[in-house]
Amino acid sequence: MQLAAPSFLADLAEIVLLTIRVTGVALAAATLLGVPVGALMAFSRFPGRRLLVAVIYTGMGLPPVVVGLVVYLALSRSGPLGTLGWLFTPAAMTVAQTVIALPLVIGLTMTGLEAVDPQLRLQLRALGADRRQESWAMLGEARSAVIAAVVAGFGGIISEVGAAMLVGGNIEGQTRVLSTAIVLGTRMGEYSLALALGGILLALAFLVNIVFIRLQHRPPWWLGR
Amino acid sequence: MSAPLYELRQVEASYRGRRILEVDQLAVQQGETLVVVGPNGAGKSTLLRLLNFLEPASGGTLHFQAEPVPHPAPIELRRRVTTVFQRPALLNRTVWDNVAYGLRVRGRAPGERLRGLLRSLDLEGLADARAGSLSGGEAQRAALARALAVEPEVLLLDEPTANLDPYNLSVVEGMIQQLRAEGSCTLVVVTHNVFQARRLADRVAMLHGGRLIEAAEAAAFFDHPRDPRAAAFVRGELVA
Repeated sequence: MQLAAPSFLADLAEIVLLTIRVTGVALAAATLLGVPVGALMAFSRFPGRRLLVAVIYTGMGLPPVVVGLVVYLALSRSGPLGTLGWLFTPAAMTVAQTVIALPLVIGLTMTGLEAVDPQLRLQLRALGADRRQESWAMLGEARSAVIAAVVAGFGGIISEVGAAMLVGGNIEGQTRVLSTAIVLGTRMGEYSLALALGGILLALAFLVNIVFIRLQHRPPWWLGR
Repeated sequence: MSAPLYELRQVEASYRGRRILEVDQLAVQQGETLVVVGPNGAGKSTLLRLLNFLEPASGGTLHFQAEPVPHPAPIELRRRVTTVFQRPALLNRTVWDNVAYGLRVRGRAPGERLRGLLRSLDLEGLADARAGSLSGGEAQRAALARALAVEPEVLLLDEPTANLDPYNLSVVEGMIQQLRAEGSCTLVVVTHNVFQARRLADRVAMLHGGRLIEAAEAAAFFDHPRDPRAAAFVRGELVA
């Protein structure tokens, strides 16, 4: 690992910032897509719904390395998305991490909303709420579960290494994130460095989870108090 | 006589292929209190959901102010009617937030009127209490307050005093009596209680087995019921 002393802090900062960027964008995408889809799944009844739920539940246990392989093949030069030229870029890592987090956010949002009294939705509609208003209120009621869904999505991607390594390539200064840097450090026998990076990764995860827990217990007004 | 507020003709409602309500003809007049009676499973709650435009009829026509109601009903139409349900489901927020909900979804700010409403339902001291901490009676009063907050043209009440203690029953029924006296909105009240039906009704409709079996002015219904099942209900007998 090329983390020479003079540039050590700069290299470290770059790795940490890229980790935050890739995971942050992937989590935001998974949340923006997954929460509405989870709500739609919870509130809708249609033929094939059970099958779709089974697919989502299966997706919640997707091995990251398999996701990485599929995204790799899709983004490789001969793949259907090869023209994007995203392979071995942070964009490819973001796509892979979004795919990993999405079923977790959808599945847990859906089960959280299904736990809310279904009578409430009918009664809010009777009070004059339109579909958007009633869905928003129901999400507010299931706030803890929805935030837990996002936390699970975050947990699934912040420390994953298989997909990031496959589609990012662990290129120094370009696609090296904390998890891939830890793997490299371990392979090179730099255990102290790997452990230190592991500590930073854990601290980052801890800080983000503190924010999520705060949102669960003291939500801003727009999440419903 | 002006056109009825609601007019139902050959209305049917089904659930999973099973017919649960059949009403050949029923009219609700503007400003009246129609009490709907009948045993469990008679279709009373289904009728209220139709009148609140929450569910479509599977057959027949429903007119509101002489206009056929499409499904889904336009939001402006839905917002003229609201329901107090037998088992209130409240948001896990304060009583104030719950009571103000209907106003907020209409883009209106809750004002002094809301405080007066809470006072008249003996909820003023509970404005900041979480809905989860309320007793059943307090929750039902909060549900009535949130319905009245939106000043509905039609208020539908589904067994609003079932399972309430005498104090809560008197507060809720007192408010219904006040609304009747003011004549500010049309009321449709579902009840099992023959005494309550006598106290509240201008007209009575009786459902049995999903069918409307009798609809008449209150005096005629209670003094000269035509259907034997209506007669049994008036005598206070168990109608199965």
